[in-house]
Amino acid sequence: MDSLTPLPLAVSLLGAAGLTALRGVLGRRVFELAAVAVSAAVALLLAALLAASIEAPIVYWFGDWTPVDGVALGISFVIEPLGAALATLAAVLVTASFVFTWRFFDNAEHLFHVLMLVFLAGMVGFALTGDLFTLFVFFELMSVSAFSLAGYKTEEEGSLQGALNFAVTNSIGAFLILAGIGLLYGRTGALNLAQLGEALAGAPPDGLVITSFVFLVTGYLVKAAAVPFHFWLADAYATAPTSVCVLFAGVLSELGLYAVARVYWTVFDGAFAGHLPALRAIVIGLGTLTALVGAAMCFPQRHIKRLLAFATVSHVGLLLIGVGIFTPTALAGTLIYIVTDGLVKASLFFCTGILLHRLASVDELGCDGLGAVMPLTRVLFVLGGLGLAGLFPFGTYLGKSLIEDEAAVLGYPWVTWVFIAASVVTAGAVLRVAARVFWGVGPGDAYDIKSEAEGDEVQPEGSRGGSGSTPASMWAMAALLIAAAFVSGLIPQLAGRVEVAAEHFVDRRAYADLVLAGVPPPEVGLPPAESSFKGALIGLASAVAAGMIAAAGLWHMRLPRTITRGATALLGPPFARLRALHSGHVGDYVAWLTVGVAVLGGLMAVMMG
Amino acid sequence: MSFAPFAVAAWLFVIGLYGIVTSRHLIHLVICLSVVQSSTYVLLLAIGYRTGAAAPIFVDTKPGAPAVDPVVQALTLTDVVVGATVSALLLALAVQVHKASGTFDPDELDTLRG
Amino acid sequence: MSRDSRRTLFLVASVGFAALFLWGLAGLPDFGGYDGVYGETLNRVALRQRHATNLVAAVTFDYRGFDTMGEEYILFAAVVGVAILMRAQRDEEEDTPDDDARDRLTPRTSDAVRVLGLGVFGPIVLFGIYVVAHGHLTPGGGFQGGVVLATGVVLVYLAGRYSALRGITPGASAELAEAAGAAGYVGVGLLGLMASGTFLYNWLPFGTTGLLTSAGMIPFINLFVGLEVAGGFVLILTEFLEQTLVVREVDSGGPEGKRERDRS
Repeated sequence: MDSLTPLPLAVSLLGAAGLTALRGVLGRRVFELAAVAVSAAVALLLAALLAASIEAPIVYWFGDWTPVDGVALGISFVIEPLGAALATLAAVLVTASFVFTWRFFDNAEHLFHVLMLVFLAGMVGFALTGDLFTLFVFFELMSVSAFSLAGYKTEEEGSLQGALNFAVTNSIGAFLILAGIGLLYGRTGALNLAQLGEALAGAPPDGLVITSFVFLVTGYLVKAAAVPFHFWLADAYATAPTSVCVLFAGVLSELGLYAVARVYWTVFDGAFAGHLPALRAIVIGLGTLTALVGAAMCFPQRHIKRLLAFATVSHVGLLLIGVGIFTPTALAGTLIYIVTDGLVKASLFFCTGILLHRLASVDELGCDGLGAVMPLTRVLFVLGGLGLAGLFPFGTYLGKSLIEDEAAVLGYPWVTWVFIAASVVTAGAVLRVAARVFWGVGPGDAYDIKSEAEGDEVQPEGSRGGSGSTPASMWAMAALLIAAAFVSGLIPQLAGRVEVAAEHFVDRRAYADLVLAGVPPPEVGLPPAESSFKGALIGLASAVAAGMIAAAGLWHMRLPRTITRGATALLGPPFARLRALHSGHVGDYVAWLTVGVAVLGGLMAVMMG
Repeated sequence: MSFAPFAVAAWLFVIGLYGIVTSRHLIHLVICLSVVQSSTYVLLLAIGYRTGAAAPIFVDTKPGAPAVDPVVQALTLTDVVVGATVSALLLALAVQVHKASGTFDPDELDTLRG
Repeated sequence: MSRDSRRTLFLVASVGFAALFLWGLAGLPDFGGYDGVYGETLNRVALRQRHATNLVAAVTFDYRGFDTMGEEYILFAAVVGVAILMRAQRDEEEDTPDDDARDRLTPRTSDAVRVLGLGVFGPIVLFGIYVVAHGHLTPGGGFQGGVVLATGVVLVYLAGRYSALRGITPGASAELAEAAGAAGYVGVGLLGLMASGTFLYNWLPFGTTGLLTSAGMIPFINLFVGLEVAGGFVLILTEFLEQTLVVREVDSGGPEGKRERDRS
């Protein structure tokens, strides 16, 4: 089983190169079939590795360079359940995207599939590696493929600008990571995560350790799109092809958070353990800010993809809170939330793709009522909204309740309210869209808060826009993903099993022993099954509240004058300022990025220096 | 004197960022990005340097003689080539933006507000 | 944000950023005082273990060969990305290259330049192959040699004409070279897997130090990387040149339309 480890990566890379070489020769259908086959094979291999890693983590040294006396000469893959789960999710979403775009790109655009396979390889390598520089290399690989994929629709002006903003900000994030790696290498002479952790443990953190942590975390958070590094996300999502958005929302941003957790728990835990409460406060604060800003920007959007993009930002904030609690249970909750929420968002993006395909528009107001011809998509979209809210049995309720309970135990009871607020507002926005587009509910023209980004200039992504019925390849994928999210909350003892994996994830010393000396980690027993009744109740309440918010969004003209006038006076100016900040100008984004690094560094210096 | 290379790295990073923030031309912006990238190269190579040591090429040098760190050199050399191609990618984006909107000035690109 | 407020915001933030960076840099060992365990160990053992005199190449293609495979694919992805971004759009068509057009704006290259270019092309290609082949012995290797090879091809365009460039890189040959190089690296890794159980294991005999046929797999990896880098850079070059010289918008009517757009 161990020798399977390099295969997912090798298969996708070889597949990409091979398809490039053969693209002149293979017919279109054979080509697309081959692409699906490659990504499906990768998904199966990863699933097998995931199953094996649940038994015992796998450590694989490339070139057979096993460590000597605690010094790692080569590069390792460390396959454990959390990373393997994310890699499997990525492969599943890529396969689903290929099926979704079956016969979609009609003018021999084979390079799209090639780039997606390279993108997949980047994500797989990123999630499985145990070396800090390899983490950077695959970060770059993911990013570079993503830049071109985001700018794929070259005839749309917004698409190119979005890709440019994406490329510039993420490249700066990558350079920050490299600077952080350089600093750590200068101090410890190591690039292997376990070896770094051993070298840094025991000594209190000084300027170099803090600065490298800030640089590394900032770089990963740029990818994850936490505030104030999030500006590029809405631009890129709004204009990238649908199947690409599915991957971005479903797994790309979440991988950034995974990296933060991975790097902290293997490298920095030894140094920062004494300052954990301060670090916790900083990260939870950042996550809260992201969740609230994302939700606030999400609701007024009329461009459906941009709306979903900001919903993603908001949920990234919630995930960041989960990571920032720094306990294994919270980490378990975060992983469950990542996977289930990722499936829901992917399904929503697929539905949006169906809208684009049938109606040639993703403008909420432009599509008013036109969605009635798509009854199945209607159902799937509403289910997606409910999944975002955390309704039982979508697994999202389980992930959220784990995080909320941990936060309350550690003295942050208000986190529950942040979760509720963000979920309610984002789900409410999605339900509002569903009501307006698929049922024609609500007045067509009375829309106070105007967002300048309208969804009408979006170009259809294939040649057969406006056709009579939705192809089965499209709605099947959307349905499959939402169904998977739906049943995930019913898996017995899911929370317990993931918690076991999380316990191993946070044990720095055991990780180092495993990687550098081959010592298997200690057994952790399955925790007793706890009732998540409270979580389910919160989920139900959130779903209902989301429905009410959606209604308010649709019929706010009918609310009493005093309320609307008061709300506009109170919320109008700050909202307008917030929306003005999202200017689409890359210089602004980079300025805010610098502000974010400086503030984060300053906070850490003050609380720990 | 011994801190100068590191200070240069920090300076390049900041001045590159300044160029990006205040840029009026997309091609200038891409070049500034590569300035930021070169700051990381300076940092890496400066970290691996050892005074009085030779390059880690043991053709004329005797094996066992002090040599600088080969690892950072390996990291940097692959990054340089890759950085060039990524710049090419960004320039391609800039060219296409110009074709679509007629301008290279970021201030005039405004399809993505709100 | 207005230009001034953006600049002010950045300047204020950059002070904090620079302070943070310098604080971190202050914790590094003095410049020139490197004594890290990774580099030290490799300097001691790599020559003996791999019979490669260029330790940087040994690190790049053997000890940390997996990272280099990733970097190679970043190059691949960037080149494919350029090809995707520069692909033909609906309102474009290809025309005779600018430098072949009857109404070309710039003067033809002089005979002296063309003769010199022709004369230098051969040596440059030879030099590129030399650098690629000797990567494990002397400074050089696939990345550097590949760039030199690509430069030779650029020279054909600079000293001659675009159609001459297309003449020596017909059809999809650059793309094929690139894909072959990328696939080759993974192939070598898989051979290592099949031969000795671990991906990228260096299983070929190491030979005598200093000979061209030493260091096991490293020369072969160098070859594939050189192929990929050369193919990649030529591809980027032809894409950009095609965009400038060959592609026209359909409704603007040929070179006049292009000149119109250039003037605006």
